[in-house]
Amino acid sequence: MTKTFKIVVLAKQVPDTRNVGKNAMKEDGTVNRAALPAIFNPEDMNALEQALRLKDAYPGSEVLLLTMGPGRAAEIIREGLFRGADGGILLTDRKFAGADTLATSYALSMAVKKIQPDIIIAGRQAIDGDTAQVGPQVAEKLNYPQVTYAEDIVEIKDGKIIIKRRLERGIEVVKSSMPVVITVHATAPACRPRNAKQLMRFKHARTKSEEQDNEHNSYLPTYTLDYLVIPEWGVNDIGGDEANYGLSGSPTKVKKIENIVFQAKESKRITSSDEDVDTLIKELISSHTIG
Amino acid sequence: MNNIIVYIETENGKICDVSLELLTKARGLAKELACNVEALLIGHDVTKLKDEIALYGASKIHIADDKRLVNYLTLPHSSITISLFREEKPQIALFGATSIGRDLAPRVSSALNSGLTADCTSLEIGSHTDNKAGKEYQNLLYQIRPAFGGNIIATIINPDHRPQMATVREGVMKREPLNKAADCKLNIIDVSSVLSDTDFIVEIIERHMEERKIDIKGSSIIVAGGFGVGSKENFNLLFELAHVLGGEVGASRAAVDAGFADHARQIGQTGVTVRPKLYIAAGISGQIQHTAGMEQSAMIISINSDPLAPIHQLADYAIIGDLNEVVPRMIKSYKKNSK
Repeated sequence: MTKTFKIVVLAKQVPDTRNVGKNAMKEDGTVNRAALPAIFNPEDMNALEQALRLKDAYPGSEVLLLTMGPGRAAEIIREGLFRGADGGILLTDRKFAGADTLATSYALSMAVKKIQPDIIIAGRQAIDGDTAQVGPQVAEKLNYPQVTYAEDIVEIKDGKIIIKRRLERGIEVVKSSMPVVITVHATAPACRPRNAKQLMRFKHARTKSEEQDNEHNSYLPTYTLDYLVIPEWGVNDIGGDEANYGLSGSPTKVKKIENIVFQAKESKRITSSDEDVDTLIKELISSHTIG
Repeated sequence: MNNIIVYIETENGKICDVSLELLTKARGLAKELACNVEALLIGHDVTKLKDEIALYGASKIHIADDKRLVNYLTLPHSSITISLFREEKPQIALFGATSIGRDLAPRVSSALNSGLTADCTSLEIGSHTDNKAGKEYQNLLYQIRPAFGGNIIATIINPDHRPQMATVREGVMKREPLNKAADCKLNIIDVSSVLSDTDFIVEIIERHMEERKIDIKGSSIIVAGGFGVGSKENFNLLFELAHVLGGEVGASRAAVDAGFADHARQIGQTGVTVRPKLYIAAGISGQIQHTAGMEQSAMIISINSDPLAPIHQLADYAIIGDLNEVVPRMIKSYKKNSK
């Protein structure tokens, strides 16, 4: 009998900041957030693929998605289910609001404690903040080792997990005990597409709040099969010290936000003189385009 | 003592540039705060690096030198750093935003429950008024960084938690040694009392270091050259500009075919497509095959002596002139005007 593993994938729903072209800017030059679609964070997709590959290699293993966010973040849990995950949990509570990476990590770590997985896999970083902090911080809160920038989870042998890492200037293969937190790099294989069978099976998966909110659901059967319920967990479900959640659990505060104002789309001709080049560089520095 | 501690990263027995840049920055911050700059150096056979660190202004170096520390491992480096910070209580701790710094700093910040800001592009000292709590804060570290895919600039502060931690990318800050090394003390950390066997449960079983991988797609600033650059040697000018701006060098197909640049740098229909925050096109005429790969850039500056070159139509700023004159002027101006 092969060993099976319980795997949690940490995923985040993010605004698609990669596609902020000139058209996604408002006339005053600020970001038009409404024009950005909410997507499954790209590196979390790479993480999901690594989890699904482990499930392929060790049949009977279970892959659960864990995400924290507002009600609509259930969308990415459905996306994960369509691609092969077995279940997902939405961490959602007003008390989580205003969390920085540390308070987010605390909430995720409390939820992970409740799930008790063998392996936790997350994307290296999310494209809205690019901090790459949540993975290592979750690991520290759980007192688990961390293996960052994974490109391939090679195998699990004798209770140890072998992981290939992509570093700035090379690769490293490491062996870790479990439980372990692994963060996955964008150079890892892309996630498999949706699976038709999974799509049919889970297309009506929803949270209780979604069922109550969405009046258009009235044509659906009034009973809901257990496996179609996406659980929502709040502070009461995962316990812990309330002071560590949300704004009060966040050491960092945002003092100021400046929108980068883009110039109107008209070519400005300048000469190669010292003065012109100097003026341009000063403008670029003051607009934070460089420096 | 509430000083500033800089984590020193080493590679093949040498100090990484980013650590020297951080020491240089820390000197400026320490002057404003009237405190000292200290360094934390972890590795094997690294004590010999102390003179170079002193030359960058550290008044004390905390050294953990042990043969088990020859390669970076998260757990032992975190344990040493956490234990040192608990003891020394620095007000500020700085790390390079490298694959090591971005692995280590979050783990340390979590253990100390202190705030951490990743990939800062600027660090300043300033005050803050919390109107809600009616509290005034002096001498806080302003951690300034782009967010939201580079579309906003956020200033982050940690009013109540210490150390105030930040990571900074290589090449963002200036590196300047002192004329004369600082008077520098050594604090030898007793490694065996800090580390235990559980710090070594992750083992490295294989390690291959390669040439630095070219990552033009991930770069927010690209300096690209075309056939008009003229030679491989002239491309060095573009590398210099890219280095001071913290960007990467790209090339048009014509420049790659002429052997001026690596294929991995090719941008356009047959190369990669990029959309950086700033694209500087030098000696590129602006054929559609090239512009297809870069026209989504948020800002484009073209440098071409031909006023009729199509690239000028696409550019936000079109500089009509010889790149061999313009690029050095840009480098000079940036060095003069950047903080």
